[in-house]
Amino acid sequence: MSLPTAIETLDFSYDGARPAGRFAPVLVGVVGSGNLEVLLEPGEPPKCRVRVETSARGFGTIWQAVLDDFQARHALAGVSISINDMGATPAVVSLRLDQAVAELAPGAQP
Amino acid sequence: MTAKTWNSRADNRAARLARVARALGPQLNGKLAAPAAITALLEAAIEPHDRVCLEGNNQKQADFLAQALVQLDATRVHGLHMVQSVLALPEHLDLFENGIASKLDFSFSGPQGARLAKLVSAGRIEIGAIHTYLELFARYFVDLTPNVALIAAHAADAQGNLYTGPNTEDTPAIVEATAFSGGIVIVQVNELVGEGTSLPRVDVPAGWVNFVVQAPRPNFIEPLFTRDPAQISEIQVLMAMMAIKGIYAEYGVQRLNHGIGFDTAAIELLLPTYAEQLGLKGKICKHWALNPHPALIPAIEAGWVQSIHSFGSELGMEDYIRARSDVFFTGPDGSLRSNRAFCQAAGHYACDLFIGSTLQIDLDGNSSTATLGRIAGFGGAPNMGADARGRRHASPAWLRAGREARAGRSGAAGTPRGQKLVVQMVETFREHMQPAFVERLDAWQLAEQAGMQLPPIMIYGDDVTHILTEEGIANLLLCRSDEEREQAIRGVAGYTAVGLGRDKRIVENLRDRGVIRRAQDLGIDPRDATRNLLAARSMRDLVRASGGLYQPPRRFRNW
Repeated sequence: MSLPTAIETLDFSYDGARPAGRFAPVLVGVVGSGNLEVLLEPGEPPKCRVRVETSARGFGTIWQAVLDDFQARHALAGVSISINDMGATPAVVSLRLDQAVAELAPGAQP
Repeated sequence: MTAKTWNSRADNRAARLARVARALGPQLNGKLAAPAAITALLEAAIEPHDRVCLEGNNQKQADFLAQALVQLDATRVHGLHMVQSVLALPEHLDLFENGIASKLDFSFSGPQGARLAKLVSAGRIEIGAIHTYLELFARYFVDLTPNVALIAAHAADAQGNLYTGPNTEDTPAIVEATAFSGGIVIVQVNELVGEGTSLPRVDVPAGWVNFVVQAPRPNFIEPLFTRDPAQISEIQVLMAMMAIKGIYAEYGVQRLNHGIGFDTAAIELLLPTYAEQLGLKGKICKHWALNPHPALIPAIEAGWVQSIHSFGSELGMEDYIRARSDVFFTGPDGSLRSNRAFCQAAGHYACDLFIGSTLQIDLDGNSSTATLGRIAGFGGAPNMGADARGRRHASPAWLRAGREARAGRSGAAGTPRGQKLVVQMVETFREHMQPAFVERLDAWQLAEQAGMQLPPIMIYGDDVTHILTEEGIANLLLCRSDEEREQAIRGVAGYTAVGLGRDKRIVENLRDRGVIRRAQDLGIDPRDATRNLLAARSMRDLVRASGGLYQPPRRFRNW
């Protein structure tokens, strides 16, 4: 699969303490200017892997900080997160991630 | 020995009037001049090096007179000192390029800011000073009194009485200063009412007006305060929830002014929904110094608002205002009477809170909308967004802010008094990921480039009481040192470089003390911040809420 060269791909990986268990994939948000789409799928515990594909290049440090804080809040394990970003601000990114986690089956939340 | 003349201004006015009468001949009928004679009129009435006020603000423009002034023969009329609220039209700067004007005192230059900066750096314009609106009006009565005022009104009668209608705005202040100091007042009108017909009301009496010209087109008016609710984001809803619960409810804010923008439009649209659910109706937001914001219609309809006094009007709101005369200041004819000078005074002295947005905030809380290569000016924000040091009447909100600022202090700094709430509401990143928080304002570099004596700071940090972002509210009234203040600001600056540079331990300590409050500290779940909370989610919703009385300009009719 070939991506337009304008897209930047960033990968992050965390170890989490709260296994998400089995769940149907969760999709929140929309791909539109200033917005993003977040997809949660089951992954390999205890990992929480995040792949970001973004149209706004050069913000790796900010993604790192946003995702570090996200994982500090939720400590997800066994989750694979795909983010399709169209230049959303960190505030919108954090909100969409929290909205997605809220959609996980109740058992996933301690 | 000759006796000193004490009436030279009156003599000069008489001489100018006589010159115009000679120059226009039959083209002048009483005070009414033929539109075709406008060049001759201006060349006879204006003398080289006059101070001229060309009426124009962020809404209405004396555009016909501006176009005529640019056409004058620069060998006859030159070196004018322009004293005017706003540089909005290209003609306002063309005057300097063609040598008719040379010096400028003004307040705001929004759309012409970049061109103004170029002309200043090329030495084509000497700027006296950049003012706030109220400050410039004040100088009209001290040392910047116009010799000639070129103004805009809606209609005139045969005697020269003027009806300025809903967009009265700056006109009374300009005319008062000019007419009572030997100056000449020339007005462009959209309509002339015939002999035997009276104006809806008289806003400026004929005795203060020298010449009336009917313009070929109605004067331009910008619908500056219309915000389409469809463009309000969830983050703005979240911030509006925090403003209502964390500031308005906390201090019991009854009298206030909102800046322009989607952030404050979101607050207006949450009053009948979120604030109503919190039981705040009647406890906050009863009296406003505010233009007729369409976004306030749902709150007005729900009975939240007791009174609104306005700086100017807003296109499309005329019939709605007429039908809600208990709320708005209206004449016996039913139409709005706005007045920028009085409303600026009201916003400064009679309001307990100002909330507005900005482009940049530094570590001291200074904020600025200046950007490199643009001289944008100030407008009204510094008067709204400043503690009124001359205020003496008390209110619960004002007293509480004062107590918070003074607790534990002694001497003059501890003497009991109130303080105005000045809130800066910004998302940590603006569009294109431009950070709203910076180590150093662009204003400093602009001041160096343009040779200004001071950086053009819109609102000084020592007047700002709260900074509200999507990350939380920093209450600067509670900070007791520069370091605390810096960390309180960093602590709500999100993922900007300024925010990432926070000392996490100090920030957590500030949070424990309530200096910083997050959404969750206020009992707000960010996931509840959806657009469904907005009392109107589109322009069409606003029209519906008004019962069809609000008629948005065509460009906002997107349904």
